[in-house]
Amino acid sequence: MSVLINKETRVLCQGFTGKQGSFHSEQAIAYGTNMVGGVTPGKGGQTHLELPVFNTVNDAVKETRANATVIYVPAAFCKDSILEAIDAGIELIVCITEGIPTLDMLQVKIVADSAGARVIGPNCPGIITPGECKIGIMPGDIHRPGKVGVVSRSGTLTYEAVKQTTDLEFGQSTCIGIGGDPISGTSFIDCLQLFENDPQTEAILMVGEIGGSAEEEAAEFIQSEVSKPVTAFIAGGTAPKGKRMGHAGAIIADGKGTAAEKFAALEKVGVHTVRSPAELGKGVAEATGW
Amino acid sequence: MNLHEYQAKQVFAQFGMPVPNNEVVESTNQVSAALAKLAGDRWVVKAQVHAGGRGKAGGVKLLDSAEQVEQAVAEMLGTNLVTIQTNASGQPINQVLIEEISNISRELYLGAVIDRASQRVVIMASTEGGMEIEKVAAETPEKILKTTINPLTGLQAYQSRELAFGLGLEGDQIKQFANLLNGFAKMFVEKDLSLVEINPLVVTDEGQLICLDGKINIDDNAMYRQKEILAMRDESQEDERENRAKVWDLNYISLDGDIGCMVNGAGLAMATMDLIKLCGGEPANFLDVGGGATKERVSEAFKIILSDSNVKGVLVNIFGGIVRCDLIAEGIIGAVEEVHVAVPVVVRLEGNNAERGRQLLSESGVNIIAAQDLTEAAEKIVAEVNK
Repeated sequence: MSVLINKETRVLCQGFTGKQGSFHSEQAIAYGTNMVGGVTPGKGGQTHLELPVFNTVNDAVKETRANATVIYVPAAFCKDSILEAIDAGIELIVCITEGIPTLDMLQVKIVADSAGARVIGPNCPGIITPGECKIGIMPGDIHRPGKVGVVSRSGTLTYEAVKQTTDLEFGQSTCIGIGGDPISGTSFIDCLQLFENDPQTEAILMVGEIGGSAEEEAAEFIQSEVSKPVTAFIAGGTAPKGKRMGHAGAIIADGKGTAAEKFAALEKVGVHTVRSPAELGKGVAEATGW
Repeated sequence: MNLHEYQAKQVFAQFGMPVPNNEVVESTNQVSAALAKLAGDRWVVKAQVHAGGRGKAGGVKLLDSAEQVEQAVAEMLGTNLVTIQTNASGQPINQVLIEEISNISRELYLGAVIDRASQRVVIMASTEGGMEIEKVAAETPEKILKTTINPLTGLQAYQSRELAFGLGLEGDQIKQFANLLNGFAKMFVEKDLSLVEINPLVVTDEGQLICLDGKINIDDNAMYRQKEILAMRDESQEDERENRAKVWDLNYISLDGDIGCMVNGAGLAMATMDLIKLCGGEPANFLDVGGGATKERVSEAFKIILSDSNVKGVLVNIFGGIVRCDLIAEGIIGAVEEVHVAVPVVVRLEGNNAERGRQLLSESGVNIIAAQDLTEAAEKIVAEVNK
């Protein structure tokens, strides 16, 4: 078992023939992901990377029965692409693109929720179930099938978490990058719930960062709903107030959303926290006794 | 992106929100012409900088002669205003706003933000205008009224009524408030705002509602479709090094320490700063070189980091996901040679082709200290800087 995706997942790519879409689709296929085709308006009927190209997501779904899609289109067109995927009935929509206007995401989120579609991202590395299915830009080779569920707001810092849990031979059940924007399609809580219900996941590693209150909300949820050991790290303890630290969502606004508050909220509910990004794997070992 | 107060008021006016009659001057010889267009014989003179706390810092003056206004403008223009919200050198004053006086009966607060928890635009109003709203929220949260905008329906009339009655408005003021709030909500969406504050929103002795101050932040991600707003950008209010970094698609934020950092990925960059601190050092900056760490961009990143004279050493931390570490190593070697980096540089490469990258670094002959893991890298740079 794993969460959200496995080797049966039939993956479509929106922005398939573009530079990003081509490069990462090629990587995903090499990893063994069950890619079934792509969408580039105007290029329908062509073949790309030995897969069919469609003009619309609806056409693609009819032909391929795709149930997941990954979006690499430019930020200005992401709202349209996500809504198109929702309209075509796709259950899992992974949006990698950075720079989507926040108000676009507010609207998208409402439509996704009412349609029962799950959006991961935007501004995220994607999601991977090691050895089965890779949807996104993460390097496949650092992963290893295993028992840690990883959820993170970051990209390369997630790779750190993955590499460390691979080196310790724990491996990962599924890794979900929820993204660094103020409004994300999927929250920490959503992922915690999925990992809690997944028999393969034995421990959870959560990588948060400054800004917003998603980690505090996750702490509340963990207290009442999560029985598996959770390890957490929050990036940005040294970040100054009022400055956006690269990610649109990583900002301490009005003195709220500091790393100290988040660490405190998580520790209060018994989450094992680590203060060094070099000790993410070690933290999981400490929390589980492995 | 942020706007000046005078620009925020121009946007307010576009959406039918009442603002005082005002004029903006950029030199003292524009003052008399400006005053000629304004009524009354007393005026408010306000320094235009991207920072709050101007009043207490001497950036807002109430004056009652043309001579006084001219003198105040002369004193303000060309200087830097230091407030509790700026750094020690302050923000340059290049424009001064001269405004007609309002006879204030009540000071209210009106604001809106994108609330991340509820994933909605939330409008906040309070009878405690003129105060720091964070303080009101912390001490007397019951004095902050809130209403949430559903993006599908937009603002509804009942929401305006709720806030208006909650603020103790009466008679014609309720209608004025409803009109104002309609413009306010429309502006938030049409201009892609991330925050707007009117503090204070005043009720005059004559019973008129007027937006006496204005603060607007715009979502940076939406700038591509906000050309009018983009034209209002004032780079003099922004950090020069941060802007230089943006040209190269680098994300740079300057800090107070002495260890420069170059990292790929925002989360890892923050975590690297945290680790430096944990090892007893102080980071001098946040810098995310992003995915394509080419030689040109790494060189530029070094130049920006080293333009901060406090920097005594640099830590480079790259986790090569898709990008190959050997290519990054070549970029770093080239950059260190080209920029003539004189301070110690510790490099930690991990991920794709990291082994080959480390080998290139050690064979390069340039003065680079290679580190195997993250902790070792942080300890090494802290030790070097403290030598």
